[in-house]
Amino acid sequence: MSLTPEEVKHIAKLAHLELSDEQLALYREQLSDILDHIAKLNELDTADISPMANAVEGASPLRADETRPSLPTEKLLQNAPSAEAGQFKVPAVFGEKKK
Amino acid sequence: MKLLNDLKDGKITSRAATEACLAREEALDSSLHSFLHVDRSAPERAGSVDNSSKPLAGLPIAVKDVLMVEGMPATCGSKILEGFMPPFTATAVQKLIDAGAIVIGKTNTDEFAMGSSTENSAYGVTHNPWNLKRVPGGSSGGSAAAVAAGLVPAALGTDTGGSIRQPASFCGVSGIKPTYGRVSRYGLAAYGSSLDSVGVLGRSVDDIVPIFEQMIGKDPLDATTVDPPAGRGDRPVAPTLNGTKIGVPAEYFVKGMQAEVEGRVREAIGMLEKLGAQIIPINLPHTEYALPVYYILAPAEASANLARYDGIRYTPRESDASLQDVYRQTRGKRFGAEVERRIMLGTYALSAGYYDAYYGKAQKVRTLIRRDFEEAFGVVDAIAAPIAPTTAFEIGSHGDDPLSMYLEDIFTLPANLAGVPGLALPVGFDGDQMPIGMQLMGARFSEEKLFAIGRAYQGVTDWHEMKPIL
Repeated sequence: MSLTPEEVKHIAKLAHLELSDEQLALYREQLSDILDHIAKLNELDTADISPMANAVEGASPLRADETRPSLPTEKLLQNAPSAEAGQFKVPAVFGEKKK
Repeated sequence: MKLLNDLKDGKITSRAATEACLAREEALDSSLHSFLHVDRSAPERAGSVDNSSKPLAGLPIAVKDVLMVEGMPATCGSKILEGFMPPFTATAVQKLIDAGAIVIGKTNTDEFAMGSSTENSAYGVTHNPWNLKRVPGGSSGGSAAAVAAGLVPAALGTDTGGSIRQPASFCGVSGIKPTYGRVSRYGLAAYGSSLDSVGVLGRSVDDIVPIFEQMIGKDPLDATTVDPPAGRGDRPVAPTLNGTKIGVPAEYFVKGMQAEVEGRVREAIGMLEKLGAQIIPINLPHTEYALPVYYILAPAEASANLARYDGIRYTPRESDASLQDVYRQTRGKRFGAEVERRIMLGTYALSAGYYDAYYGKAQKVRTLIRRDFEEAFGVVDAIAAPIAPTTAFEIGSHGDDPLSMYLEDIFTLPANLAGVPGLALPVGFDGDQMPIGMQLMGARFSEEKLFAIGRAYQGVTDWHEMKPIL
């Protein structure tokens, strides 16, 4: 199957990736090839097969809902490109110009 | 492990052993590029654990750069984590440090462990110690090359679709991809969370086992870790292999694979038979579907896991114009092509209208692949098979064709999808003196059984003792 240029652009937008026209064209071709290969799965009738979501047997364990010490704020902020007053700093979210 | 025994017997100090690793790294790694970071102060740390009674007291090791070690940068082979200093240490690494091991540095990897050659590292390719023009395999190529070249006695790796076993095979070393859930993933930069396994590479099974034993176990910080159910995981086979049943799956000997790979693997299986094992032809009928299943599930999980690299928390940031620009430009400029491709593929597979056709379908076929293994392990103790269809290929030879690179993984993906362990063993060389590996796969929690078979094999062969001339 072949992805359209619009589809590839839409995927890049969903994935928050700013890509050049050349990258979009290359990925369109490569992803279409990969999807062709993936279509092989349609050879199999899986109507009565239950999906395998995890490689661990049994249900996910629950733990007690207790407060525990976490890593200190300064340590968690040490890699932030921008931080202020113990918080990550980002450009304004509200009133952002529509793109 | 000989070095561990020498350390215990006081024949060598930990400081001297660590200094020797650093000296060898300094002499050889400019041509190999197996390390991304080396801690030159490691010998000082080593000095303080001499004469300790801890199980790994003073043992120098290296860690793949997708695992966090506090005090050392963690790049995951990506420009998006350039300069990142992790505020904590991965559980698997911490357990080894607690047992006395000395982490000397971080090894090269394909970006976020996505690749089969280390060519996808944003910090440059690692070269195969057996031939510098060839790749070391990947994504744990730095760890495999470092062990093969004797820079470290052992190194941690991770295996999501073959990333321990395939580089072990390409570099002629041994490596264990454990049962999914047996080793904590806490502190591992997540790629495909339902597939990721943390394991270890070393020259021989004897070198791997003492480290593996310290890494395993339930971790409250990783809810998918489990201890073996009672009565499982504690049935090692006798050294003679008498009564051990080893399955050989027809689907792993395919048209187009390098004849020498098939030849050496069949010889190794013949050796297991000589040691007393019963060889049983088996079928794993859904093997050919592992590649399409993997390339839906792993990218889907990756697209969610890598959403966290957004230019806000992990340094660095491109653009400050708007929040959308922070996300889009940081990710667009800092991720490499293979990572972008897999994020796009996964985003597409999970997007509205396509979920059932791709993700849902792949999860169902994953069930069929797991059942193949369950049925096989109802009959045999272990499965012996090739690891890769070829020996190490030349750097750059796959060009810009991602699908041809994915096909390198066809024999390793099924174990990850089924969550079963795989042990890589060197079993010979091709005509170009490039190493060939074989994998032993077992039922969940059967690592000890695989180790026993591997030890029996390495007791009568010397492929694991071969060293490249550097």
